[in-house]
Amino acid sequence: MNRPLALHLVVIAALAAAFFVLPDYHSGNLARIMVLAVYAMGYNLAFGYTGLLSLGHALFFAAGMYGLALSMQHLSLTAIPALMVALIASALVAGITGALALRTRGVAFMIVTLMFAQAGYLTALYFVQYTRGDEGFVLPQAVRQIAGVDLSSAMGRYFAALILFSVTLLIIGALVRAPFGRTLIAIRENEARATMLGYDVQRRKWLALVASGTISGMAGAAYALLFGYAGASFAAVPYSIFPLLYVLLGGAGTTLGPLVGAVFMFYLIDLSSGVTDAYMLVAGVVLVLLTLFLPQGLLGTLRKRWVPWLP
Amino acid sequence: MDFGPHLMLAMLEGAVTAAILALTAMGLSVVFGVMRVVNVAHGEFYMLGAVIAWFVASTLGTHPAVGFVAALVIAPLLVGALAALIDITVLQRIGYDPERTIVATIGLLYILQQGTLMTFGPDARPVAPPFNTRLALPFVEWGENGLALYWPWGLSITSYKLFVTAAAAVILIALWLFMTRTRAGLIMRATQQDSAMARAFGIPVAKVYALVFGLGAALAAMGAVLVVPIQQAHYLMGGDPLLLSFIVVIIGGLGSLPGTVIAALLIGMSDGVISVFFSPTLAKILATLAVAMVLVFRPQGLLGKKPQ
Repeated sequence: MNRPLALHLVVIAALAAAFFVLPDYHSGNLARIMVLAVYAMGYNLAFGYTGLLSLGHALFFAAGMYGLALSMQHLSLTAIPALMVALIASALVAGITGALALRTRGVAFMIVTLMFAQAGYLTALYFVQYTRGDEGFVLPQAVRQIAGVDLSSAMGRYFAALILFSVTLLIIGALVRAPFGRTLIAIRENEARATMLGYDVQRRKWLALVASGTISGMAGAAYALLFGYAGASFAAVPYSIFPLLYVLLGGAGTTLGPLVGAVFMFYLIDLSSGVTDAYMLVAGVVLVLLTLFLPQGLLGTLRKRWVPWLP
Repeated sequence: MDFGPHLMLAMLEGAVTAAILALTAMGLSVVFGVMRVVNVAHGEFYMLGAVIAWFVASTLGTHPAVGFVAALVIAPLLVGALAALIDITVLQRIGYDPERTIVATIGLLYILQQGTLMTFGPDARPVAPPFNTRLALPFVEWGENGLALYWPWGLSITSYKLFVTAAAAVILIALWLFMTRTRAGLIMRATQQDSAMARAFGIPVAKVYALVFGLGAALAAMGAVLVVPIQQAHYLMGGDPLLLSFIVVIIGGLGSLPGTVIAALLIGMSDGVISVFFSPTLAKILATLAVAMVLVFRPQGLLGKKPQ
């Protein structure tokens, strides 16, 4: 067994054990962090591996969230079919917006994704009679279950989040070591050369963005299912910034960076919101300090300096 | 009101929006034109301008006109100085790398916005306009004796709003004269065209960048001081101007100054007209999608030139 896979399995085992060791409050937080880390892992596939700096991933997160929550609320679907709807919705949204946005590059790509996400957020506000806008709506406890497992209980929620996290981590771990993932990194490093070598760069970027958006959408669906709430604030700009923040902090282009970044930021914001209402101040300071002093993030720096095999 | 007077009212309100927008977007456009960076924190400089105007006006506490004039001088200076400082301490150190600049300015956006929340508080606060008489406006109708003027109920504008549009025009003309007729403007344009060559000719490019970044922020602050007697100062007020400025700068062609003014008029007027007749949310959805499509299919903007 190779070292990266072993490391991933150790992390998963440690997270499973953490539920029985940590106090209730922290294991509840950790369930939320794992879902957010899945979101950030999806983001990392586009930004960290392919070099596509999107400022609009909240669109995909919200597509999954609303795909699940609206179909459960208004079409009375059960959890599994609703998850399928969420999967299709986020893949479709990522496919369409990706095909348009990828005609641009660099700064224009960032602005186009930002604008698409803003249009998505405003759309959620516009259809207020279904989405209830910023206020959002609650999914009743009775429907939040899969095969008899109550996902609103502490244990059901934690292990559902862990399963989603583990599956995503193992898939991404395998993907970025496979030839497809290698070409994504090649595109990030030198797009002109990748084109010259004969790769269909445009199609691979699109596939990466669709995969990234779909994973982000699954995180959004899981968030609604596990925590029982869907609202337009999850489609707003801060939710596009959070995965960028997690990935930059943990280390772009590392498999475990999103988790590390999510843990750090979650607790940083959690601690500071006890002190002040202006908790986003912390996010701002961290972003500026990261760009100034630690552009490769925690695990990126670790890999560069000491642990070259770090996945 | 009939359709005609209603439309005229919408266009007058739209002209005020367009005037403020032209100033704010011009700040963003100047910065992009000369430095080739996108400043996501631009809306927060606007917000700071409004908040400082409130502080100045409420500290002086004399006649509203005194406070207003003082704010119109002090707010742009303070905001410009802060922006120049940010340029030197942050943007210069990351070498104006386009993507890292956007990430850093997103960070600055939250720092400025949340810092204001902590000091200024979550309330919206008004600034009294220096003068504010209501002017009823006539409209023509086809009466018994041919065309005749009449005064429809509700068709009016305040003298202050007329002043805002005039003031914005004066500031923009002054900016244009500065860019085209002065030595400092010449240096800025030289830096814009070829910063390496400008450096070779002994132009202190780093200083020019700091000043341009300060100038861009000061323009946003001026727009905010003008708007704050109409809209109140609030720590979240930077979001909409940022979005609209982006739209204007992109439609007008990134870095093209005449394009920015024309696009500001177009967007400001249509925003005023559309939000009178349609839901403002729907108007915003259409506007954001339109911008995205312009960037996708015509990245040089509607009026920008194709890169050589």
